Amino acid sequence: MTAQSQIYAGGFADPEFEAQTVFRTLMDCFARPGTIGRLTALATPPSPLGMATGAVALTLCDHDTPVWLSPALVKSAAPNWIAFHTGGPVIELKDEARFAFVERDGAVPGFDQFALGTAEYPDRSTTLVVEVEALTGGRPFIGRGPGIKDEVVIAPKGLPDLFLDLWAANRALFPRGIDLVLTAEESVLCLPRTTRLSIKG
Amino acid sequence: MNDLATYNFAYLDEQTKRMIRRAILKAIAIPGYQVPFASREMPMPYGWGTGGVQVTASILGPDDVLKVIDQGADDTTNAVSIRAFFQKVANVAVTTKTKEATIIQTRHRIPEEPLRESQTLVYQVPIPEPLRFLEPRETETRKMHALEEYGLMHVKLYEDIARNGHIATTYAYPVKVEGRYVMDPSPTPKFDNPKMHRSEALQLFGAGREKRIYAVPPYTQVVSLDFEDHPFEIQKFDRPCALCCAENVYLDEVVLDDRGGRMFVCSDTDHCEDRRCAGHAGPMLAIEEAAE
Ligand SMILES: [Zn+2]
Repeated sequence: MTAQSQIYAGGFADPEFEAQTVFRTLMDCFARPGTIGRLTALATPPSPLGMATGAVALTLCDHDTPVWLSPALVKSAAPNWIAFHTGGPVIELKDEARFAFVERDGAVPGFDQFALGTAEYPDRSTTLVVEVEALTGGRPFIGRGPGIKDEVVIAPKGLPDLFLDLWAANRALFPRGIDLVLTAEESVLCLPRTTRLSIKG
Repeated sequence: MNDLATYNFAYLDEQTKRMIRRAILKAIAIPGYQVPFASREMPMPYGWGTGGVQVTASILGPDDVLKVIDQGADDTTNAVSIRAFFQKVANVAVTTKTKEATIIQTRHRIPEEPLRESQTLVYQVPIPEPLRFLEPRETETRKMHALEEYGLMHVKLYEDIARNGHIATTYAYPVKVEGRYVMDPSPTPKFDNPKMHRSEALQLFGAGREKRIYAVPPYTQVVSLDFEDHPFEIQKFDRPCALCCAENVYLDEVVLDDRGGRMFVCSDTDHCEDRRCAGHAGPMLAIEEAAE
């Protein structure tokens, strides 16, 4: 496929219904942090943007949502793909982004570099979408908080080494803070800013 | 002519749905906080639940089963028109059975039957801001929420006690969500407040005229505001339902004749019917059935 045709291809075949199913999975996964949701509609965006990551972008981004992309994504066909399929303006300033995307194995910037919302409007914060190696099989963490009955164990593989510290610092900003969507292949795992994580002993 | 072809699935255009969906995700991430959204004109007047309708329209899919209640009943005008609206614009399956529904839109009541993980409860909210009657300016109420300045709210409730000997507020009784935001549970009777606490279901609130969406995720702490010497209490009814004998449910008064005859029956009509089907019979049941 040529670079140009890559940009026009790979969107939803049936945007109205596919966006709805992807949204419902995201809603359920944000409402029940730690749950792994398998998306029933996927995108085929240009590499290194993943299928689930692409589907999240198609579902939630549009011209009202400035998008930040990691350096590797900026160098790929991803900016044009996102612009063509969603209309979302790709911007350089992390703290003005409504959505931010990092590809698998890409460096994850400190969460506090993104938009964190204000005390009056904590919703005006970035949703960070990070593709990881896998949503299971990594170092196990215990999650607690709204949406979790007692506790949940999550073990995403391929998170940054300092993830737990970064997340604790983000949690400490509540009600401000970013919200996180981890993706791998066809699935997502969502961590709203309310989830408290600790190492499983 | 096929009417469905003239508008999008569930009526709203895709851009509006995306905007509302983003607001819903942020609302879930900040339990009890009111997320502003750009409310759209709907083909029904404000006061008919346009906020709830927009939330339902944005989450609804072709496989959902929708239940709509006004007070506790499925057969009141408001509930019937909203249900008919979604049948027309989304061709979605509808039910009056709480158990069968995946999405329940409500104007007042929370069903008596405990909700489950696979269900979402959508509230139609007229006034989302619990501090509004204390402070009319939005910039100020935003600040009060930001600083957790909820003292005035307690003063208002305490004035109730001073005047009446108890907290007189019976509807829209304020709650604190997960120890942080004070939230208005819409015109729900305070009887239902305990049902919100650690509910298995996701609860979404939409206020159309006021352009606010807020949420309570499952298993989230929802505590009714009160005082040590005047703890929160729900309404108690001194008799069971006259038709199904249910106790500890919310009862409505029904006038039977013009000679002052009346009975108290479940406000949740589906719950009452379920119980009668299961063989529970209250003192008025035989009389009701004979009349039908
Ligand atoms: Zn009854």
